[in-house]
Amino acid sequence: MTRNKTRAPLWLLLPAAVVLGGLFLYPMYQLGLLSVLDFTQAQVSGGEPTRFVGAENYSDLFGDPRFWSVLGATVVFAAGCVIATLAVGAGLAVLLTRISRVPRLLLSVAAMAAWAVPAVSGSTTWMFLFDTDLGFVNQLLGIEGFNWMYDRYTAFALVGAVVVWASFPFVMVTLYAGIEAIPKSVLEAASLDGANAWRAFWQIMVPILRPVLAIVVIQSIIWDFKVFTQIYVMTRGGGLAGQNLTLNVYAYQQAFASSEYGRGAAIGVVMMLILLAVTLLYLRTLRRSGEQL
Amino acid sequence: MKIRLAAAAAVTLALTACAPSTSAPAETATDGGPTTGALKVWLFDEPNRAPKEAVVNEAITEFTGSHPDTTVEIQYIPVDTRSERFKGAFNDPSSAPDVVEYGNTDLPEYAAAGGLADLAEVEKSWSEAKDLSADAKASATYEGTLLGVPWYLGVRALYYRTDVFEELGLKPPATIAELTTTARQIRAKKPDMYGIAVGGKYTYGAMPFVWANGGELTDLDSDAAKAGLETYTDLIAADNCPPQNCADLTGGKTVELFASGKAAMGILGNFNRAAVDAGVAKGKYAVVPLPGTTAGSVAPAFAGGNNLGIMKNAQRPALARDFLTLLASGKYQAKMYDAMGNLPTLKPASDEVAAKDAFVKPFIDTIGAGTKFVPLNPGWGKVDASAVLPTMIEKVATGKATVDEATAEAAKQIDEALAK
Repeated sequence: MTRNKTRAPLWLLLPAAVVLGGLFLYPMYQLGLLSVLDFTQAQVSGGEPTRFVGAENYSDLFGDPRFWSVLGATVVFAAGCVIATLAVGAGLAVLLTRISRVPRLLLSVAAMAAWAVPAVSGSTTWMFLFDTDLGFVNQLLGIEGFNWMYDRYTAFALVGAVVVWASFPFVMVTLYAGIEAIPKSVLEAASLDGANAWRAFWQIMVPILRPVLAIVVIQSIIWDFKVFTQIYVMTRGGGLAGQNLTLNVYAYQQAFASSEYGRGAAIGVVMMLILLAVTLLYLRTLRRSGEQL
Repeated sequence: MKIRLAAAAAVTLALTACAPSTSAPAETATDGGPTTGALKVWLFDEPNRAPKEAVVNEAITEFTGSHPDTTVEIQYIPVDTRSERFKGAFNDPSSAPDVVEYGNTDLPEYAAAGGLADLAEVEKSWSEAKDLSADAKASATYEGTLLGVPWYLGVRALYYRTDVFEELGLKPPATIAELTTTARQIRAKKPDMYGIAVGGKYTYGAMPFVWANGGELTDLDSDAAKAGLETYTDLIAADNCPPQNCADLTGGKTVELFASGKAAMGILGNFNRAAVDAGVAKGKYAVVPLPGTTAGSVAPAFAGGNNLGIMKNAQRPALARDFLTLLASGKYQAKMYDAMGNLPTLKPASDEVAAKDAFVKPFIDTIGAGTKFVPLNPGWGKVDASAVLPTMIEKVATGKATVDEATAEAAKQIDEALAK
């Protein structure tokens, strides 16, 4: 009797488990398997037998100083993008609640348009705007001949701006929905007590919005850590002498463009573990502060 | 607990049984298969494809005329994504074409993947095969197996603006040293122009400098290679082509610069003629072989070119053979020269175009002086994909590393990639 009781939920979970297993666990398993094999184009097309190499792909990767510098750049770049996206998204979300209907509509439409632009077209358009000789921005500023992609930091800043431009609408819309759901009476009470907008934001909205913020932060971290298109298109595959490589572009260049799928899978596993760790850490700090997600 | 462990073990076993998919190697065949139906052909797309398409369509008309009940389906594939397309075709025989055009630098990668058919039998039965030079055949041979028929060659030489040279009283340079001083003179007198358009990503423009000094791509940290590289990277400087503008230029961009009149010289291919003629440089330029280190010598050019091959997975190998030998024949090679400026690989066809068009002479001379090739090793694809050479040039050009540091790093990466 008790056995049946404990088993029933398992059967009910089965459909979800099948879907998750097929779409999630199996590819992950394949990724893990590939990462311990010597698997290149020759193996895919059957020219050579597949060979088990154990941790060789990983030790090669960790022994490559380039990997560490790319990883470092990726972490800093992603952190910068996440902070900027949240700041812009949150700021505009608050703005949306305070402006009248027409400007609100205009701002929403503009943000949605930026969000809807495919990454490749968006990046290319920005490249035109910032073109060295013919770009609108350079002509406006009177700095024709200034190459934004020449210096590592201006290049990262420009690409970062495009990443933020394409991802702040999601943050803005989500937070705006969250803010609208905050009971007006709470905000009114705060303003009666003399709280200004800044204070109301930090002490009323942020605590109430914490679960929504958690989702937005985790999403942004995952997106920005895995950024590929903007870097690949705007810095022509990693910038001058590879100065703007991020992990995903590096993986593509080192692994997929050169058909070393085993090594590419190893980079994929490392990225997945890092993202998993960041997400778990963040969820744990949320739990500690007493929030249920 | 025990049961759970056993179940876990069983699941693990079952999963390990499904190793990543691998397709079985197909039999080598350049004969047999249906002799009717649709022959699938992949050719490279070009920026100005119409003339190429016209010649190919002519060949198709001739082919279908002599092969009843056949059609030829041509797909023009973009050069940028060819690698993915070919990998896909190797992995999935049912979607593979029969005849393919491929770049000769891609040969080792495709050969190692086992995707191309051995053409030894085709060569034996093809009457024009004897007109192929040994050099050309070598560029289509991998580890002793002929895997393609060289369809055309492309080599680079020095384009220069005759009007600018005349105005400044300059002569076409006879040595690399003269080339660099001439370039700087032009830049000094015409500050809105680059002396010679060079780029950090233009490796085929840099290689002749390394080779002219006696260096080799497999030994980049030798003194000879370093000297050649330094000459090239020194040109990416404010007194010729400032790093801000030139450090990340590709070969294609240098063509644009020369064609648009922004550069007085450029290392361009015979295949860039149409692009230059479409720009303001039209009618105001001449071509000489890129000079070597001593007067009268020629810097060895990179022997680029495309081959025609038959896929191992081809469904109509016999038809493929007939179409390949038709398209690669001297008749169509000469037509392709007229249409696209592609240098023929068959001697009679090459003599024919040289006799009627003086433009080809510097390029034929460059080929005659001896050309070089990238190492025929599947590892070279990795060197290419991970941008080892552009990174090396750009590091030096932007002052991020010295020539010694950059070449040492590149040499190490190349050694590792080729040793695998």
